[in-house]
Amino acid sequence: MLPAFAYARPGSLREALDLLKDAASAPLAGGTDLQGCMEDGVARPARLVSLAAVPELRGLEVRPDGSLRIGAATPLAELAAHPAVRQRHAALARAAASVGSPQLRNQGTLGGNLLQRPRCWYFRGDFPCARKGGGTCYAQDGRNARHAILGGGRCVMVHPSDTAPALVALDAVVQLAGPRGARRVPAGELFVGPERDVRRETVLAPGELLVEVLVPAAPPGARSGYDKARARGSFDFALVGAAVALVLRGRSVERARVVLGGVAPLPWRSRPAEQALEGRALDEGSLAAAAEAAVAGADPLAENGYKVAMTRGIVQRLLASLAAG
Amino acid sequence: MAHQDDGSGFSRRTFIGSIGVGAAGLLAPLGAGAAAQAAREVAAGATVAVTLQINGQAHRLEVEPRWSLLHVLREVLGLTGTKPGCERGECGACTVLIDGATRNACLTLAVEVEGREIRTIEGVARPDQPSAVAQAFVDEDAFQCGYCTPGQVMAAEGLLARSPHPSPEEIRAGMSGNLCRCGAYPHILKAVERASASRRGGRP
Ligand SMILES: Cc1cc2nc3c(=O)[nH]c(=O)nc-3n(C[C@H](O)[C@H](O)[C@H](O)COP(=O)(O)OP(=O)(O)OC[C@H]3O[C@@H](n4cnc5c(N)ncnc54)[C@H](O)[C@@H]3O)c2cc1C
Ligand code: FES
Ligand code: FES
Repeated sequence: MLPAFAYARPGSLREALDLLKDAASAPLAGGTDLQGCMEDGVARPARLVSLAAVPELRGLEVRPDGSLRIGAATPLAELAAHPAVRQRHAALARAAASVGSPQLRNQGTLGGNLLQRPRCWYFRGDFPCARKGGGTCYAQDGRNARHAILGGGRCVMVHPSDTAPALVALDAVVQLAGPRGARRVPAGELFVGPERDVRRETVLAPGELLVEVLVPAAPPGARSGYDKARARGSFDFALVGAAVALVLRGRSVERARVVLGGVAPLPWRSRPAEQALEGRALDEGSLAAAAEAAVAGADPLAENGYKVAMTRGIVQRLLASLAAG
Repeated sequence: MAHQDDGSGFSRRTFIGSIGVGAAGLLAPLGAGAAAQAAREVAAGATVAVTLQINGQAHRLEVEPRWSLLHVLREVLGLTGTKPGCERGECGACTVLIDGATRNACLTLAVEVEGREIRTIEGVARPDQPSAVAQAFVDEDAFQCGYCTPGQVMAAEGLLARSPHPSPEEIRAGMSGNLCRCGAYPHILKAVERASASRRGGRP
């Protein structure tokens, strides 16, 4: 059983923000990640502030201009099944559909998915690692088969979210609200790498809530997708995930976004892979060049060299499926 | 930790609301249309009165915020058909339906499902009146030790409610949150196909 905590269920965003001014409080969305963190002692909130009755965090709307507004508390299953999301923002629908099991997708929310904590076994285990304020990243010289091949440094954990790479690729923006007011942050600037701050994964300030995610309308010629490699077929975190969003003009790629999950401490936007695609036709040559460019600068650890080849493979497979239509 | 209700509607544990009102209406009602009302809370270690709708019956009881629905079903209400396995969302043994959608009862706080429609294996597999899914599991020998079966049946109920005639691929995906340590998977998949076919044939 979880350690005891107080519980509050506010009925509005304003009340939720008031309750969260208390630093010992944590927001509870689906709880599928937070409860594991509490079980493992990684989170020790004295009070959970339930988001279940906050109307501002709910709803999934397609706006007249074709953009999406997705309340942070929207369950992933709803997102994965939504016809307009599947049709026009396939990367997001596919990413949401690939999170955990059906049960977890019925409960887990989009906001919680973006803000979940790392799965590194040293971080979740009984180790005073760098991310918990200690001096050492134990994975660097320890068991690191599931760890980063890109952007590591002071901590080599990988960002676990499937939806984060998709939202970065789709140029989404997140709306935050906190004690000092509201602000908008591009999804690509939400995440914090270890060189900037090894103790946190996002720019959210204490007491801030993620309110909604805004996904711009898909322009004409847009295609997107998400693919991931897992250690088992049923359900699992991504060993490697890839989100790609393209805008095609005729056969030529006008704009490309290639964002990787599971390989770096934050969703990893690969500009070399994007450059290998932009201005070229989607053919065998550009696909292979982009797959190769996606692992440019990769620096595998003792046990995760396989991720380099796996990343190439996943990027190439996803691009090939997008090329096929 | 079993919870005893002394019949007064309050437990012996202290019950604290930050605003001094009775147990009813302490928390904001769930649902998008919930009218805004002052935020109130339950203190750590205290219990709060909730009404849970389980298999069509209202149960009024006192829960601590940290109690999972799995704990409440088994230890407070004696509904032991829902099984504990990993208690971390990894095995599906504890699968129940909340408003028709499958959920892991181990990761669901009881206080969070107040007012929602909860269905457990006791509601679908009554010995005298098994659902088409429960009957299909019997007909296909879809278990060995049977420990995972209540969760498998509930997962299949949730899948077929959403998608009455799933393809084999959809069945595999829909049942992927439920592990079977005996490896009865081929028969489980057949049972789901049979249940789907029997519904097609017009049976309940
Ligand atoms: C067995 C298992 C398998 C899993 N597999 C995957 C997987 O394959 N891919 C994947 O991406 N994830 C996976 N997860 C992780 C998790 O289930 C999902 O990420 C889920 O979407 C989390 O959402 P939640 O609503 O349950 O988050 P919660 O647990 O409620 O919250 C997560 C964190 O975010 C904070 N938070 C939540 N909402 C807000 C908000 N609106 N504003 C501010 N803070 C907020 C919470 O305080 C908490 O710290 C898995 C989990 C388990 C247990
Ligand atoms: S006991 Fe709930 S998923 Fe295993
Ligand atoms: S029948 Fe034994 S665990 Fe599934």
